[in-house]
Amino acid sequence: MSVRSHTHKERQSLAWRLHIDIPLLLCLLIVIGFGLMVLYSAGGKSEALMYRQVTRLGMGFVVLFVMAQLPPRFYEKWAPALYTAGILLLFAVLLFGDKGKGAQRWLELGSFRFQPSEMMKLAVPLMVAWFFSQRVLPSKKRELLIAAVIVFVPTLLILMQPDLGTSLLIASSGIFAIYLSGVSWKLIFSFGIAGIVYAPVHWFFVMREYQRERVLVYLDPERDPLGSGYHIIQSKIAIGSGGTSGKGWLEGTQSQLEFLPERSTDFIFAVLGEEFGLVGVILLLVMYLLVIARGMYIGMQAQETFSRLLSGAIVLTFFIYLFVNIGMVTGLLPVVGLPLPLVSYGGTSMVTLMAGFGMLMSIHTHRKLVSN
Amino acid sequence: MKNQFKEIAIYRNRMMVSLVFVVSLMILLIAWVAELQVSQYEKYRTESDNNRIRVLPVAPTRGLIYDRNGIILAENRSVYSLELVPEQIKDIDQTIDELAKILAIDADDRERFYKELQRTRERFKKIPIKSKIDEKEVAVFSVNRHRFPGVSVEARLVRFYPYGEVLVHALGYVGRINDRELQTIDAQNYRATRHIGKVGIEKFYETELHGVIGSQRVESDVQGRVLDVLEQQDPVAGVDLHLELDLPLQLAAFNALKGQRGAVVAIDPKTGGVLALVSTPGYDPNLFVTGISSKDYKALLNEDRPLFNRALRGQYSPGSTIKPHIAWLGLESKTISPNYSIDDNGVYFLPNDEKRRYRDWKKWGHGKNISYRRAIIESCDTFFYDLAYKLGIDRISDTMKQFGFGSLTQIDMGEEVPGLMPSREWKQGARRVHWFPGETVITGIGQGYWLATPLQIANAAAVIANNGVRYQLHVVGAIGSSGERRLVAPSLAELQVDIGDGEHFKRIQNAMKEVNHNRVIGTARSAFADAPYLSAGKTGTVQLFGLGEDEEYEAENLAERLRDNALYIGYAPFDDPTIAVAVVVENAGGGGSNAAPIARKVIDQYLLNSTTENDKP
Repeated sequence: MSVRSHTHKERQSLAWRLHIDIPLLLCLLIVIGFGLMVLYSAGGKSEALMYRQVTRLGMGFVVLFVMAQLPPRFYEKWAPALYTAGILLLFAVLLFGDKGKGAQRWLELGSFRFQPSEMMKLAVPLMVAWFFSQRVLPSKKRELLIAAVIVFVPTLLILMQPDLGTSLLIASSGIFAIYLSGVSWKLIFSFGIAGIVYAPVHWFFVMREYQRERVLVYLDPERDPLGSGYHIIQSKIAIGSGGTSGKGWLEGTQSQLEFLPERSTDFIFAVLGEEFGLVGVILLLVMYLLVIARGMYIGMQAQETFSRLLSGAIVLTFFIYLFVNIGMVTGLLPVVGLPLPLVSYGGTSMVTLMAGFGMLMSIHTHRKLVSN
Repeated sequence: MKNQFKEIAIYRNRMMVSLVFVVSLMILLIAWVAELQVSQYEKYRTESDNNRIRVLPVAPTRGLIYDRNGIILAENRSVYSLELVPEQIKDIDQTIDELAKILAIDADDRERFYKELQRTRERFKKIPIKSKIDEKEVAVFSVNRHRFPGVSVEARLVRFYPYGEVLVHALGYVGRINDRELQTIDAQNYRATRHIGKVGIEKFYETELHGVIGSQRVESDVQGRVLDVLEQQDPVAGVDLHLELDLPLQLAAFNALKGQRGAVVAIDPKTGGVLALVSTPGYDPNLFVTGISSKDYKALLNEDRPLFNRALRGQYSPGSTIKPHIAWLGLESKTISPNYSIDDNGVYFLPNDEKRRYRDWKKWGHGKNISYRRAIIESCDTFFYDLAYKLGIDRISDTMKQFGFGSLTQIDMGEEVPGLMPSREWKQGARRVHWFPGETVITGIGQGYWLATPLQIANAAAVIANNGVRYQLHVVGAIGSSGERRLVAPSLAELQVDIGDGEHFKRIQNAMKEVNHNRVIGTARSAFADAPYLSAGKTGTVQLFGLGEDEEYEAENLAERLRDNALYIGYAPFDDPTIAVAVVVENAGGGGSNAAPIARKVIDQYLLNSTTENDKP
């Protein structure tokens, strides 16, 4: 059985004792290394920017390392408390939050700025995994309803900030956990149809004007060529003009001459597309696929319901993350403000991502040996 | 109870489905990116190039203007101008308001800016808000520059006329291209050009002076900053003009005339080249180059009409300056013989009309036995009343036209007016009235309907100096840089007044010599006393105020504007003329004492190179 794949020798290794999963770490480092290269070009060879990014990555790895040390049982135990605290903080944000860029996302705690929605990216899958781990799977409908409530309360609270991108990620992390718990396909399709029916309601009653505008411009970027459509037009020009092999590192005219906006943050994929071409794009996606594959492998190796659901949710959300970003930058999806994971400059999101990967490593390296 | 095996089985199944889902979506992304990068590559490549590559027009340098000695009369100077790139400025009005707090920006500047802003179609084009700022203003702006993104100080070559008002009526000037000119110019060739010749030779030779636009293919960033020149096609600079004009002579003429209203035109009779062309008062053409303020412009719209080019557009009765021409016609046509004389008691009557008196300017007349010679030297009116009547208007009109009266000289300056050489047909056509004999009489002394520009009067003098040969008048002698100069002066001797054996022409030339040098009766004798050269001339005094038949002209009692115009024509040296001059001074009084001395100064300068202390502008 695969649970026995880890030999005694392996368990003796330094990495194992430090709770580091070398294959996952290597995959992450490859993506990050490639990402830093792209960022160096996108940031106009700014050393200060590189320094800040590397510092942040360093912090991320520290968080990853710490998270890896904590056993899955610890997460399971604290999941409800973390989730409850997160919900309370989200309410606090809506009531007292600091307005940045017209949306309330930040909470000031003394001199410390805190974004509870980032915390929820992990708290929601933790909570859903905890919820199902207490029950016999597949769940009954009443339990599924409770799980749905667990997911949608924070999703709505974040949507109200408003932060479409994050709420989308949180919803998908919860939904993936529910999906992996073995909810019947019939139910999944019913919800799918319900979603399609609900979409117009959402459009007219929930979405903010600027969000609707984003969708409209997505459907027709020429609608606002100098405003929000400008991003998409310029990023498509950047990617398209890269051709098969790209214009070369540091040679992308769209990015180097600053025609491409937000090139070191949300639109960094366009810089990659322009300078490295289709070859670079495929390379990046393959690297991402390796990260995802390793994550899935870890999930399949997991021994408890909680660990399985949590790792699966983290990995699939990571995919949604990159898919939404690339889809947006290439004009396939509407503009949703999400960075390209592990590559885009900055953000607390980097730390959250690393924490997630830390949990994956924890799950993998805290397994008990199961005897035949 | 939890069924671990069933749970794991479901989980693995779901994970495999997810993997398929992930891989398919990744393939979808790759397919979509391949669509952009492979199928639509050409389209996006072009759009990317359109973003980064711009073709910038490069203005040619305007040709310079030199006098005959190689002295520069119109040059290009580097001038600082404060310019805005509208695309880079969020609130243009506010930016201008802020600029106005540190620099003087008036309503005119704003108006010009908005006008240009409206018609500009080029991306990132710099539009001047203040086209001339001094070093101090540059310094003030530089300190505050960070507050004004999209605003910059540019050094541009701008026309400068070092001699200002001295040459303005000879050269004309350039100014900012206006809407009307935009309709007529070759827009492509003028894309980078801001100034165009407005009047004078600057306008007449606009095509030559302007040159041909160049271009640069540049790579620029999103702010329009030029990062690299990919390809350059140099502009072809405008060609230089080399004038026949003599700057020291022009200065002498200007200084001699300064303070009065009038014109001086000096011509080289052997080529038709204009040596000096002065109209006073003048004005500073440099004011017009960068855009004149409405205050300065209003100041120029005064009674003395400084903007009016009297040399080319002033239409004056030529008065007695045409008496030599009439006398020659009388002799040449054998209407009178050289011995013919009259007795002048100061009044002339037409035959069969005892009522209308034609008075001589000398109340009691010039005395007995007045021949053509004395009539010219003393400027006897009565003799010419009689002669004109004998000649008849048709002959006078036809012959005077040969001297260039009544038609454009076609000088290469534009602007000129044709004046008027009256004739029977003209009067019938224009006034629908028959020609009266009395009108012929006063035509004989260059008055009545007869109007001529100072340029025409000078030209007619040059024809006498040159024994009847009339050359095409021109200011520009050659164009091109020193290496490849080419003459543009038109072919010589286009027109020839038929002077027969030249006997009679000699006669009137000699009479004109005595006007200047006869110490007893020459009307210009005091002006040319002690001249170290021989010369010829003729004075003219033109009455502007119609006196009653028995009234007397008393200058003191007349309003200044009604006083006589003083005229003079002359040429020198007498035996081999190199300069012919016409002087017209408005409301100055007698030509002998007011116009001839100016001509003397001009001729002295040209022949003797004497520079007086006032020769600086």
